Parts: sequence; structure tokens; C-alpha cells
Amino acid sequence: MPEPRARERILARLRAAPREIPPRPEAEARPPAAPGPETAAALEAALTAMRAEVHRLPGGRWAAELRERLAGRGLSELLYFPGSPWAVELEEAWTPAAQDSPRLVAWEGAVEDFRGRLFSAAAGITAAAAAAADPGVLLLRPGPEEPRLLSLVPPVHVVLVPAERIYPTFEDALADGSFAPPLAANLVLVSGPSKTADIELTLAFGVHGPRELLVFILA
Amino acid sequence: MADSAFESRIEQALEDETLRRNFASALGAFAARRRSVFPDGRALERLRTQAAAIRDRALARLPELLEELESRLTANGIRVHWAETAAVGCRLVLEILEAHGVRRVVKGKSMVSEEMHLNAFLARHGIETVETDLGEFIIQLAGETPAHIIVPAVHKNRAQIARLFQEKIAGAPYTEEVTELNAIARRTLRERFREAGAGLSGVNFAVAETGTLCLVENEGNGRMCTGVPPLHIAVMGIEKVIERLEDLPPLLRLLTGSATGQRVTTYVNLISGPRRNADPDGPREVHLVLLDNGRSAVYADPELRATLRCIRCGCCLNHCPVYARIGGHAYGTTYPGPIGKVLTPQLLGIDRAGELPFASTLCGACEEVCPVRIPLAHLLRRLRAEAVRSPASRGDRRGSGRPDRLERLAWWAWGQAVQRPSIYRAILAGGRWLGGLLPPVGPLERWMRTHAEPRFSRRNLRRILRRQGIPDA
Repeated sequence: MPEPRARERILARLRAAPREIPPRPEAEARPPAAPGPETAAALEAALTAMRAEVHRLPGGRWAAELRERLAGRGLSELLYFPGSPWAVELEEAWTPAAQDSPRLVAWEGAVEDFRGRLFSAAAGITAAAAAAADPGVLLLRPGPEEPRLLSLVPPVHVVLVPAERIYPTFEDALADGSFAPPLAANLVLVSGPSKTADIELTLAFGVHGPRELLVFILA
Repeated sequence: MADSAFESRIEQALEDETLRRNFASALGAFAARRRSVFPDGRALERLRTQAAAIRDRALARLPELLEELESRLTANGIRVHWAETAAVGCRLVLEILEAHGVRRVVKGKSMVSEEMHLNAFLARHGIETVETDLGEFIIQLAGETPAHIIVPAVHKNRAQIARLFQEKIAGAPYTEEVTELNAIARRTLRERFREAGAGLSGVNFAVAETGTLCLVENEGNGRMCTGVPPLHIAVMGIEKVIERLEDLPPLLRLLTGSATGQRVTTYVNLISGPRRNADPDGPREVHLVLLDNGRSAVYADPELRATLRCIRCGCCLNHCPVYARIGGHAYGTTYPGPIGKVLTPQLLGIDRAGELPFASTLCGACEEVCPVRIPLAHLLRRLRAEAVRSPASRGDRRGSGRPDRLERLAWWAWGQAVQRPSIYRAILAGGRWLGGLLPPVGPLERWMRTHAEPRFSRRNLRRILRRQGIPDA
């Protein structure tokens, strides 16, 4: 069994060292910026540069439009979480089912019972809680309304981004409610599809996470 | 002739042309990408100053921040363990795994776990650990250690990896197509993620204010390791804690820009607890092992403490002329390159690793690019001085920093010559006319094998200055 006093000994050694505590460094003085129309365009440019595919959807009938845009892409199915706040709109738009659009499949129960199905899913849809145009990231906030693996395991990740939650910078985004304490158990910043350059620095996509990231900005 | 194990590894590395080619092309690309992601030099300097100050202040408050971190993490449901040594750290991880009956573990990239030799320890206790970062996966198949902090398999080219996959992965065909090699790794590792009883990971930053573990990655294997198995164990050095969430954006920007020239990585994981009651997925338990392993001793010296600012971006490796030529394995330590030469003698003791600070040209490139302004060249000089004074360096051991007899004789002769202007001038004149005829014998032979012969100018500096009207002092 490890020494129960390890903690005390480590802290005592640190406290014994000579220390002078400098003041907190001043960040560059800059007025906090709020989301605006130009931030969506900047986010689109940044994400596109990271090989994500970015679309805009009209606020009103976004779900029907989404279904049209996903049609004919060869996606066999789209996995969604019925507990998410926009699930009903999605279900309505997908009724009745049609040949050319992906089949809408609901996540069922806890992951322990759903793992096999999840690992064979073709695509998953989630929403971003917020985004930052610089450096071009979406903030995922999985929790009771969204499984974390839905945005990770299927090879295609479809993600909805509310335009009014796109902040100019990551620093600005920290003002978003998503970062108010206590923090969600899992927050993820995503800038594009999964990638690696571990072999001869050659970029390859989809090594573990999604190969494709389809971003839909909701006006 | 190599006089120490370190020197013979250096010679071996220098003679491996493939290795040198692999390193040269990768490091050149990293340096170029870094320049393009930080186009504004002044903004970069401001950012480096800010990041150094953030790390400095966090270190100054380290004991307080560790306590705050522990209490926040505990409130968030993450269990915190403290380990004074690597051996204790390994035992702690093993005990957690055994308590859950776990035999198979998936692991994300973690330099601290390399420092602990955790995989080998778990293997001895019947637990199989699979590295899931593609680079780590490759070197695990090859039975090697990382050659670089950020790109562990940087020393291997695609043909070498193709052969490795064909040999070690059942059913894998020989292919040099990078996309296909990636697909083979994806297929192989997906099954591991599904079956694993636990995921292991490192930590890039731990935020004391919120009790959050930050994990930076591109592949998604970090998300897999921390999200798919029912148990997540993170290991981290005690120096990685930062004060506030707002300290994160500048540090992340510098980390990814300095490491791989990226504006941001694909994924930044912020983990503040295990799965909560209503969550459909996520690990049921999250543990953090805080490892000291010599860091508190480094901390005791206010000058050497700057070493602990390091955010492990590997930028000093990418810009080091020595690392670029000998690669990561020649150092024979977990952390190679400039930061390794400074950190390792402090962690292992100057008597065991006192040779390392001498494997440097003191060109200062590392210090110029370090995102948190660690005075690496200065610390190298300081550790050299300590190595020379160390009792372990008694006896004329080359590379120990203690000059051998020939070197002492040469310095004595130089001292005599520079004190006598007539002799000094005669030597300079000799160099002007005969310098091109240096015979490749003795120590010169060894030196001339790897260096271009110096060409001596026929005009000496004093005469050039006199002609410009600048008199002799």
C-alpha cells in the first residue's frame, strides 16, 4: 500500500522551498466581444481550413433543410439521442421516411446496452453548445441530453451550431454559460475531423474519431 | 572511439543515414509550420511572456494550487492519489485496476507514464496495455520507446512501418499507403477500445479553479480512452497545475503552435468528473495519480525551478541541431533533446546523467523558441558546472565534463601563448599559411570526419582594422 503520508511529504517539500509569488499576469486589455454576424463567417473559414464541411441552415425549418442536404450523400443512417431538446423537430422532419435520406435511428438506453449498435453506426448527430471563430472550435457539452460517444464513434459527425453562440475568440467564449461552474463532466473543443500525421507527417483523417465533420450553422 | 555508452549511441545514430534523413525532414517541417502559425513576431513574444508568467505564478503557488486542485477534483467526483516515486505511482495504478478486475487497458499518449515505465510494470502483473496514439502504437509494436515527445515514431519512415504492421498485426497486408496504414490501425484499435476495462491517459494542464483535467490531442484516441471504458485513470506530474480556466487559451495556443504548428488541435478534452447520474455514457470512475518523482527536489532551487514551467511541446527538440542529428533514442532517457538534458540530470541525479548537459552546442536555439521562456542554455551551463564539481566525475572520464590530460595540456599551452604577444602572433601567422594543411591525425582526425575543414583567411583582423584606421589597443 502506498504511504498515506505521501501527500503531506510532497506538500511539505514544496512549502520548504524559497518562494516569491508574482502578481497574476495581466492579459492584454481587450473589451470582451460578443457573437455577431461576422463571427459565423470567420468560424466557417477556420473550420473549412481544418477540412470540416460547413453549411448554413435557415432558423425556421432547419430540420427539413438538413434532411435535404444529407440526402444523396450515401449515408445509410443517422444516429440521434431522443433526449436532446431538438429531437422532436428532427423526428418530425424525418416523417415519413424516404429512400434517399439517411434512416433516422434513436440511441436507446445507457451505453452498456447500446455499445454494439453504436460501434456499427454510420453517422451521428449532436449539437454544439457554443463555438469560437478564433481558433475555429466547436464546444461540445455532452451530458444527460447528449451522449459523449455520439460525436466520436460513428465515422461521420453531423453537428448543429446555433449562430448566436459563436464567439469571436476562445477567450470570449469562456464567458458562455457552458463554462460557468460547476463545469460539465466532459467538455470537448472540436476543430475538425479526427486526424493524425504520425507517419512521415502525412496528414490522414479519421484515424480514431470521425473521418468527416459536417457542420450546420443555424441562423 | 566512444568512451561511454552515451557516446557510442551518438556515434551509432550519426552513422544511421536513414535515421538522420527521417529526423531532418520531419524537424525542418515542424520549424516551418511553427513560423507560419505565428507570423507576427511581436505578438508571439508577448504571448511567450504571458505564458511564462502564468506558469511562473502557478509554480510559485504550487502547494496551494495542488490542494485547491485536489479539493475541486474531489468535489467533482474524481479520486486523487499522490505518489512520491514512479514505483509508488505504478503500484497505485495497479491497485485501482486490480480492484476493478481489469486485465485490458487502452492508453493515450503520456510522457509521465513513460517516465514511470508503467506499461512494463503492468505487463509484469498480467495486465495488457495497448497504446492507441498512432505513433505510440507503432513504437509499442516495435518494442521501442518514444523518439520524440510529440511525434514518438518520427524516426520511422513508411516502409519501416509497413514492414512492422505486416509482421506484427495478424492479417495486415504490406502497404506503404499512409491512408491504408491508418485504416489498419483504426480497425485494430477499435476492438481494443470496445473491450478495454479501463483507459489510461496523461494530462496537459490541470485547472485548480474548476478541478478540470485538460487533454490535448488530434486523433480522438484520448476521447476514446477517457470516454469508452468504465474506468479512467489519469497520471500527471505535480507541476502541470494552472490557476484558472482563463489561463488555458494562451497556453493552448502556444502549446499546439510550438508543438506541431497548429492553431488548435482537433480535440481539447476538459474532464471535470466521471459520468453523472443521468448521463447515458462516460466512465463510472475517474482517478488522478499526482506524481512527484523528483520534481519537488527540482522545485527547491529557485533557478532550476524554471525547468518545471515546461509544457512538453517538444519545440526545443525540433530546433536543436544536436537532437536533429542524433535523434531521440541516443539520449537513452525518457525526455530527449534540450529539455531532457536539463530535466533528466535533475530527476535522476547529476552523478547518473551528468553527461547529458554536455551534448549541446549552447547555440541557444532552444531558449529562443521555448514558449514559456525556460532559460535552457543557462541551465545547461549551470548543470555542466555541477557535473564537473560532482564527485562522480573524478578521473579523466570523457564527457563527464572533467577535462582529460590532453585537453588540460592544450588549455595550458593556449594560456602560455596568449600571454606572450610574439608567440601568439607567430601562431596566427602559422595558421594563416599552414592552417589548410592540418593533418588528420589524433583528435583532429575524429573531428575532421564530421566537420568541414576550416579555411583560414590570409588577412588577419588586426591588419584589416589598422587599414580602416582603428589602432591596436
